[in-house]
Amino acid sequence: MGIFPPPQRVWWNQPIEKSEVMWITIAFIWALVMFFMMPYWHLVGEQNLSNEAYKIKPEVYAEKVETWAAKYTVREEGDTGIPVVRPPAGSDVYMLGRLWEWWPVLELEKGQSYRFHLSSLDWMHGWSLLPENINIQVHPNYEMIFTVKPTSSGEFGVICNEFCGIGHHTMVGKIHVVDK
Amino acid sequence: MAEFRTCPDTGFKIDLNADKLIKWNAVTAVVFLLIGGLFGLLVALTRWPAVHLLDADLFYLALTAHGLDVLLVWCIFFEIALLYFTSAILLNARMVFPKIAWIGYWMMLIGALITNVAVLRGDSSVMFTSYPPMMAAQDFYLGIILFAVGALLGCLVFFATLHVARKEKTYEGSIPLVTFGAMTAAIIAVFTILSGAIILVPTWFWSLGLLSHIDTIMYRVIWWGMGHSSQQVNVAAQIACWYAIAAILFGAKPLSEKVSRTAFLLYILFLQLASAHHLLVDPGLSSEYKIFNTSYALYLAVLGSMIHGLTVPGAIEAAQRKKGLNKGLFEWLTKAPWGNPVFAGMALSVVLFGFLGGISGVMMGTEQLNLITHNTIYVPGHFHGTVVVGTTLTFMAISYWIVPTLWQKELVFPGLAKWQPYLFGIGMGLAATFMMGAGTLGVPRRHWDMTFADSAMGFDFPAAANLMMGLNGVAAVMGSIGAAIFILNMVGTILWGKAKVPAAAAPAEEAPAEPNVTGAATSYGSAGTMEVPGTFVLAMIFLVSFVLYYFVNWKYLSSVWGLS
Amino acid sequence: MSDFDTGPGGTDEKIPFMQQLLDSPLLLLVIGIVSPMVLYIVWGVMETIAIPLAQ
Ligand code: HEM
Ligand SMILES: [Cu+2]
Ligand SMILES: [Cu+2]
Repeated sequence: MGIFPPPQRVWWNQPIEKSEVMWITIAFIWALVMFFMMPYWHLVGEQNLSNEAYKIKPEVYAEKVETWAAKYTVREEGDTGIPVVRPPAGSDVYMLGRLWEWWPVLELEKGQSYRFHLSSLDWMHGWSLLPENINIQVHPNYEMIFTVKPTSSGEFGVICNEFCGIGHHTMVGKIHVVDK
Repeated sequence: MAEFRTCPDTGFKIDLNADKLIKWNAVTAVVFLLIGGLFGLLVALTRWPAVHLLDADLFYLALTAHGLDVLLVWCIFFEIALLYFTSAILLNARMVFPKIAWIGYWMMLIGALITNVAVLRGDSSVMFTSYPPMMAAQDFYLGIILFAVGALLGCLVFFATLHVARKEKTYEGSIPLVTFGAMTAAIIAVFTILSGAIILVPTWFWSLGLLSHIDTIMYRVIWWGMGHSSQQVNVAAQIACWYAIAAILFGAKPLSEKVSRTAFLLYILFLQLASAHHLLVDPGLSSEYKIFNTSYALYLAVLGSMIHGLTVPGAIEAAQRKKGLNKGLFEWLTKAPWGNPVFAGMALSVVLFGFLGGISGVMMGTEQLNLITHNTIYVPGHFHGTVVVGTTLTFMAISYWIVPTLWQKELVFPGLAKWQPYLFGIGMGLAATFMMGAGTLGVPRRHWDMTFADSAMGFDFPAAANLMMGLNGVAAVMGSIGAAIFILNMVGTILWGKAKVPAAAAPAEEAPAEPNVTGAATSYGSAGTMEVPGTFVLAMIFLVSFVLYYFVNWKYLSSVWGLS
Repeated sequence: MSDFDTGPGGTDEKIPFMQQLLDSPLLLLVIGIVSPMVLYIVWGVMETIAIPLAQ
């Protein structure tokens, strides 16, 4: 009876019933499998988020992104006035989050790897690439860098999925991926 | 000097201070479930695209209030009541420091009110996570701090009562398993509250202008030490309730004290590490840190949960078989009292917590798999599978026993009570499932407009995503009706319930006699024979679903863009 | 409770170490606080502090 003290003074030495022993063994093996899946995927998987990050002042990051964008802007996105930036294949690309946009719009080549820089200029944002459904937490004052390799082409949305104030639900950016 | 009465149903000696404190804490909890539940319904109706009830500012306000009132206030008030119940009453002991317990109660209540006022005023719609640098009004933080200190006092009273009960030998041997489970919850609660203090006190200073900067990564690390651990308090408390219900309804003995207590020990050692679940796609933290912590060392706390998942139904099966319900694999289960809300609520919560909350949580908490779920509405889907159809449903189930027993009153609406666990459990279980489905398509959490009507660029979700958010709304209405019936029944019983006829044929009656029983089916040590084959089969079904679902998600991950 | 089973050695039988541990709430409390404090919070905060400045 779980609501009364155990009826024996020494209960630790009571033998354990067989189905419990079997279940514990199986569950423990499963726990090990799940644990080793993570390092295993680091070795063989294609989707591992790099943890490379630097402390950086928002102004400094903004300037970096703007200088870079000015260099590689190819056109404007429709009539939004937002530049579309197409950096050389395999180079560094930048994106910033601020109230309430992801800036700038990127144009990448399918199958190329890019060093992707990401940070926020104000509050925390949630970088959510759709319909791929890749989601990354973006902090102000920290620049994170990871390698991205688009494996499908088309138009991708970037929405914000960390609450960032009253315009949160209007925060949408875009990435175009073109075949070579 | 403490005064006692004897419980006519169970024979327990009840300290009158504990009696009163349990009642006040439990009633306050239920009131906040009502408030928080209403906000939840408003939120769900807003996220139903065809209804889209609230305006954006009110939606974010309601969502902040919902998270705070249900997750913090409802769960923790109820848990404080459980701590007093499992210490003073189950140990037949006097409650130590009742005055401190009352101070704790009032601090919690006043703190909860202060924070609610701050939120309702409209200047603190920052979500209950309150990530800087977005700042709430200073009293938002102050209220939470007061609430937490009050809860810490409750834990202190619990430990003091355990200590004195042992000194005064109000029981022989070790504490009961249920009390041990509650103690596990209390230990995790102390860690939870300390983490909260470490981060919220500086944040409060920051909101007062005394500090200029809060580091956002550090905030998330320490805040989730509180935010996630408090969910582990819920888990431990809920499992203690499962063991209690198995004992009360069936006279079930734990299959093995050693195994069940060791499973709780695994919680004490490892459960809190899983706070790292929230940091898997944050910058700057190493994969070693992420993997070690998110896996609770080696998934040892998951092992603990899987053990409880076997031993709770196993204890019931053993007890039922001993009573002669021995036919086939499942007679013990089919002949269980499915019309009794105490049992129905508990049984549903064991199943739903495991299948909906447990499996999805472990999947999401895998370092790489988190990439395809983080901050999508999959996350609320997951935790409505844990904290709603798990914890809340369990607390509802045990309330159907605690309230009539402590107040000595008959339930006012026994007919409704029969259906309530199904309405709430299935309704919210479906809501959780639909949210997870929509999250798989990338629908964001905490989001007012998934059509992006007001944005320059826009993005179109597939029709299935809208459909699932609509179905989520329908299911949430069903769940909310279930919650409303529960609250009505509890409040009604306390206010207008008929006094119980003493020595009613309550199932709990057999309880005091139980320790004498040493029947074949519940005695220890019959190793070699399988005592709980039915439960074992159910556990294997669970494991197979778990394994399949886990690897399906790896498959899905392997199809998205390369990242390194 | 007269039916309390004191075990083959009566009240002299030694209580195993693990049972003694599980019977000590305060010791468990200390373990349950220190372990996550070190493994989760301190480790996490140290890694945060160690994030380098951008050049
Ligand atoms: C009455 C039934 C309930 C309904 C209809 C409901 C519905 C919802 C919905 C639709 C969301 C919004 C998701 C989003 O937009 O991000 C949500 C969030 C949430 N719910 Fe519930 N819920 C209910 C009960 C509960 C209970 C009992 C708990 C806890 C014990 C709970 C805890 C939460 C939390 C913590 C959040 C997240 C808030 C945030 O993101 O800041 N809910 N709920
Ligand atoms: Cu944002
Ligand atoms: Cu946002």
